[in-house]
Amino acid sequence: MNAIPSRFDVTDSLARCRRMRRRILDLARNLTALHIGGAFSCMEMVDTIYHGLMRRSPDGLFQDSFILSKGHGAMAQYAVLEALGILKPEDLDTYCTLGGRLGTHPDRGLPGIEASTGSLGHGLGMGGGMALHDKVFNEDRTTYVVMSDGELQEGSVWEIFLQAPALGLNRLVAFVDYNNLQSLGFTSDTHPNFYPIKEKVAAFGWEVVEADGHDQAAIFDAVSSRTGRAPFFLVGKTIKGKGVSYMENQGMWHYRSPNDAEYQQAIRELTEQD
Amino acid sequence: MRDTFSRVLYEVAKAIPKVFIVVADISPAASMAPFRADFPDRFVNVGVSEQSMISLCSGLAMRGCRPFAYTIAPFTIYRPFEHIRVELCYQKLPVVLVGVGAGLTYSTLGGTHNACEDVAVMSSLPNMSVIAPCDPIEMEAAVWACMANDGPTYLRLGKAGEPILTTNAPDSFAFGKVRCIKNGSDLCILGYGPILSLAKEAAGRYEAEHGGAVAIYSVHTLKPLDTVGIGKVLSRFKRVVVLEEHSAIHTLGGQVKQVAWDARSNSSIATLSLKDEFIPLYGSKDDLLRAHGITVDTLLARMNLGPENIR
Repeated sequence: MNAIPSRFDVTDSLARCRRMRRRILDLARNLTALHIGGAFSCMEMVDTIYHGLMRRSPDGLFQDSFILSKGHGAMAQYAVLEALGILKPEDLDTYCTLGGRLGTHPDRGLPGIEASTGSLGHGLGMGGGMALHDKVFNEDRTTYVVMSDGELQEGSVWEIFLQAPALGLNRLVAFVDYNNLQSLGFTSDTHPNFYPIKEKVAAFGWEVVEADGHDQAAIFDAVSSRTGRAPFFLVGKTIKGKGVSYMENQGMWHYRSPNDAEYQQAIRELTEQD
Repeated sequence: MRDTFSRVLYEVAKAIPKVFIVVADISPAASMAPFRADFPDRFVNVGVSEQSMISLCSGLAMRGCRPFAYTIAPFTIYRPFEHIRVELCYQKLPVVLVGVGAGLTYSTLGGTHNACEDVAVMSSLPNMSVIAPCDPIEMEAAVWACMANDGPTYLRLGKAGEPILTTNAPDSFAFGKVRCIKNGSDLCILGYGPILSLAKEAAGRYEAEHGGAVAIYSVHTLKPLDTVGIGKVLSRFKRVVVLEEHSAIHTLGGQVKQVAWDARSNSSIATLSLKDEFIPLYGSKDDLLRAHGITVDTLLARMNLGPENIR
């Protein structure tokens, strides 16, 4: 297994994640709705992957791959790509508007976007195919995939859970944004037998670690200390709407925009944490 | 046809190191033993999991590979349909979907194993190309055409033992072009796939009974459809019969009539295709075709109809 960059400044990441949350709220003011809750719950994982885990060559290109399989969390990826200078501020300013190029879900071919997602249950398999290529041709690359816990209800995900260890895709690293909240309620209510997730995936032959999905150091350490002898899966316990008190764990913030008062409060809370 | 496919794919993989085959646990893949032996890293059997078959192909194609997904036609395209639509078509990835035993090929396996709407379903997807070769020789050319395509292709195949129809074909194979496989002047049969052997038989009988000559065209590329070539056929022949081992809904017969309408053609056009039904019958393929109303006699009846009876 190739070395992951050793330097990852968690303090920077914490500040960056707050800035990115404020950026998303700013954009939300001009829109009737966007997926704030799911973007906020995977923010630390996506930031840690891009800034901590993925290797970048001197020309600025990433050597490793990333797929946001939970495409509805696109705002998190867009904000990270903007912070990296890969997307331009005007790209985000024109999000979901005529003449803009960023939509609600990521589209392959845009700067920094390797796969079109939005329909759930596709990213892990596509990431598996990429990892298979890299294994066969001995290319030094890790493929990172972020899924939602609702997404794990798609049967296609379990096909790849079964397949990836059999193919020896040891450079496939998947994350689940385990916030227990999907469009129509708590996952634990709809699917009480969904748990425990960790043991289920481990039983398929993956190396699985549970971590606080908002703790960048824990995420970074878990992934960077993996054995590399199996595909790796991080169960990241998260809070949907993380960072804004009235959004946290509230299903209505899956897909809506704040009004003026809500916006002001959210910005205040996120600024106070600085 | 499938054994020829295995041989051709072996040659393709030998020439092009980025060719993979991803199969979903079907016995015809056994004919790929030489491929598996010589290119073990590029032969993947996912087992009975067609969604992962497509997704692995997608990821491989995203890395610049040329994967073939291979299983029995209904499992190649119906089971993982949304993976095909989103991953292959929306992202425009050069993956070849090989559908073995399309149409009524597996006549004793029932409706679960038949694919009689596959051309319509695949043709409806943006960026998808559809090729249905009529014999093993044409299939060989079709495989290479798939390799030249920069988007996804559905390759509709038969099974085994299909007769050679194109040995003396006047036209050679060209992707996206109708192909004359038998010259004629009196009337023309348009069709695709191994069912064209029935056209050849009917043409022989027609010529024996009436004299003259019946032309046969292989419309091997169903999408993009060669509307110009079909227009030329319509301007050259006053009588055209479209033969399909496929449901009549949204496929070649209707499209030929559309071309004729747009061109204000005066030619008479008859169609012969499968019924829009699952017919619960277990017998030979000919038995099942007969139940759908397709025999040499019914084809001859279409060919013999005067213009006044057709339009």
